[in-house]
Amino acid sequence: MTRVLEMKGIVKSFSGQIVLHSVDFEVMEGEVHALIGENGAGKSTLMKILMGEFPCDKGEILLRSAPIGVVSPAAALNLGIAMIHQELSPVPDMNIAENIFLGREPNRFGVVNTRKQENQTAELLSSLGLGFDPRMKMRDLSVAATQLVETAKAISYNSRILIMDEPTSAINEAEVRKLFDMIRLLRSRGVAVIYISHKIDELFEIADRATILRDGRRVAGGQMKELTRQQLISLMVGRELTEVFPKVNATVGDVVMTVRGLTRRHEFRDVSFDLHAGEILGIGGLMGAGRTEIVSTIFGERRPDAGEVRVRGRALAAGSTREAVQRRIAFVPEDRKNLGLNLSGSVADNLSIVVEGRLSNAGVVRKRTVEKAVDRMIATLSIKVESRNQRVGTLSGGNQQKVVLGKWLLSEPDVVILDEPTRGIDVGAKAEIYRLIGQLAASGKAVLMISSEMPEIMGLCDRVIVLHGGALIGELSRAELSQENLMTLASGMN
Amino acid sequence: MPGAIGTKRIGILLAKAGILWAFLGLFIILSILSPAFITPNNLMNVVKQMSVNGIMGIAMTFVLILGGIDLSVGSLIALTSVCAAFFARQSLELPLIVPIAVSLLVGVAAGAINGFGIAYVGISPFIMTLAMMSCLRGLAQVLSNGTPIFGLSKQFNGIANGFVLGIPNLVYFLVVILIIGIFVLRKTVFGKWVYAIGGNEVSARLSGINTRWIKVVVYMSSGLLAGVCGVLMASRITSGSPIIGVGYELNAISAAVIGGVSMSGGTGNLLGTLVGALIMGVIQNGLDILGVSAFYQQIIQGLIIMVAVFLDIKSKSRI
Repeated sequence: MTRVLEMKGIVKSFSGQIVLHSVDFEVMEGEVHALIGENGAGKSTLMKILMGEFPCDKGEILLRSAPIGVVSPAAALNLGIAMIHQELSPVPDMNIAENIFLGREPNRFGVVNTRKQENQTAELLSSLGLGFDPRMKMRDLSVAATQLVETAKAISYNSRILIMDEPTSAINEAEVRKLFDMIRLLRSRGVAVIYISHKIDELFEIADRATILRDGRRVAGGQMKELTRQQLISLMVGRELTEVFPKVNATVGDVVMTVRGLTRRHEFRDVSFDLHAGEILGIGGLMGAGRTEIVSTIFGERRPDAGEVRVRGRALAAGSTREAVQRRIAFVPEDRKNLGLNLSGSVADNLSIVVEGRLSNAGVVRKRTVEKAVDRMIATLSIKVESRNQRVGTLSGGNQQKVVLGKWLLSEPDVVILDEPTRGIDVGAKAEIYRLIGQLAASGKAVLMISSEMPEIMGLCDRVIVLHGGALIGELSRAELSQENLMTLASGMN
Repeated sequence: MPGAIGTKRIGILLAKAGILWAFLGLFIILSILSPAFITPNNLMNVVKQMSVNGIMGIAMTFVLILGGIDLSVGSLIALTSVCAAFFARQSLELPLIVPIAVSLLVGVAAGAINGFGIAYVGISPFIMTLAMMSCLRGLAQVLSNGTPIFGLSKQFNGIANGFVLGIPNLVYFLVVILIIGIFVLRKTVFGKWVYAIGGNEVSARLSGINTRWIKVVVYMSSGLLAGVCGVLMASRITSGSPIIGVGYELNAISAAVIGGVSMSGGTGNLLGTLVGALIMGVIQNGLDILGVSAFYQQIIQGLIIMVAVFLDIKSKSRI
């Protein structure tokens, strides 16, 4: 196999902080190469340098043994390097064909040849096993579909090197299969795929070789089949991680919340369940089964068409988040950046936002009281910040999630709803969040958790209710929890 | 690395104080170019002339931090000046509180309409206040029959033209409103919520904040302050006029933006806006003294805004 890419001695620093310490990275033609590391290890930075978003301070990049300078993303594309980003950003009001050909529209003297564009798009999509209509507007596509379209777009550049950054973060099992088929197809065509992901199981399934980064240094590399999961995690984290999940020792108490017959047309119907103090109730199901829709309705973000929610026996008024918060319900959304945080605000602002009113003196903020509460929470959750006034937008994903959790913990809720609490968070921070979730239950709170990660569900939940196509299809106790049982129910089979 | 953090902090401080340096620099240059500028009389004049813009700048700062905009304030000032003047006429012999109360009420009502349209009906702030800009101006013309209302009581005229302890009344109004504004923005829960909504409205709502109601209150406050300015303007020119206030909203926005308030919401502070308004006032006054034509002044005003925003962008990207 020939070496298609070699990055030698890459050094990069931002504002005086060295982010990459002389990193070496090489990829062979026709292989799937996993780039592994915790958040902040330097993977994204390394790839951004490769993609021409900014130059490195020192080092060189060789494409098929010839040195190259990648001065811009356009130059990277021309050299045959394409990337599918973790943060998808299509143009929502344009259709699939327009997005895929953005910047290189087939045209006759500047006039876009729409038919050609749509035909070529249709061909591309079908060659990859995707059945979307090229004329569908991007804003009408689900997150999963958008990701698949972005993947198709990157592939269409006929690149020899394809970088995939967390490609499965928002797609379900069936779509992951499709994606992997696409990747194997590309591999057979000699394309090198650089695969970045936190999902260890996936890496073992699809990757041939791996390079592991830690704190901006390359710490190891080699064939995937020569590594074990344990080794991989310890190399990433730099320490032995024997216990990722806390010992669940909470006593399950009384019913705190009851949901009866909750229905929203086209989203979910007749959902009923009880939630007890001290328990962690998981909501399982495939993407699109209606899980997020249900919890956001319970929290008052949307109104149900039928059904009711009772908290401690008293009915909860529908359609008001303010009411939900007053009744001591907390909601940690899946999309923490857009729904859970004020990125331009400080850590202190974000942490205190729910309890600001409660901690005030007739509407006047009691600065010391708030500061003390904020500092206590930062310490309790071990949030890594320079100061409480640091802008939340500058924190890592794991620390941002801790801020979201922290703001709710300060409000001392009875019910805590978590939607994909560890999405986009590295292994080290995940363990801390699991510990916190365990503590929530141990302190008597009722926890309702949506998760698509099997290990999470199996490690944390006391019970799991499974949704399929908007209906509650079954329930599994801790004893009955297994990968097969969950998948069976989630796929609609009883 | 402590070294890196240290220089970052100094950088932030310098950037924030940037407009202050600019203001001081301007001040010094104008003082050198024209000795008439630096007389106490003239300086008092400067502050007097920028007070109305300063007050509207304070109102606009709240609206901008919220993530909105209020284009209707100029027209609202005209309307409230007409309303105030109507009840301030010597011939009616009404107590002073009547024209003031009417002006404030009309201001709050207009603000409430803005707020309701924006927060409950969902019309974008730009469009809603643009439409109101037109409506309110028309209403001012209708109520005044197209002509200014003269013959106001001496008491009323004294509101804006009087002095206390040698300082013009207008300055007191500005200072008091500024202090109240700073207190509300920095020290109250309400102020925090305004920043939160401007920073991320969805997240604020999902944290249990009643975002719609807060928006209405902010627009009502903007209307209230426009009502205050209506009284002050009518008093200053001793007449209620339906044609004043044109462009005042743009001046208010300029003051805020020069002062570092972001048009996208979530950031900014009142002291910055004050300095912004001072810069605008000083330049206008200085250029007047130097005999520069008003047209050139307009060009310079626009350039200042561009430079201020440019410096703001640069300071943000470094961090």
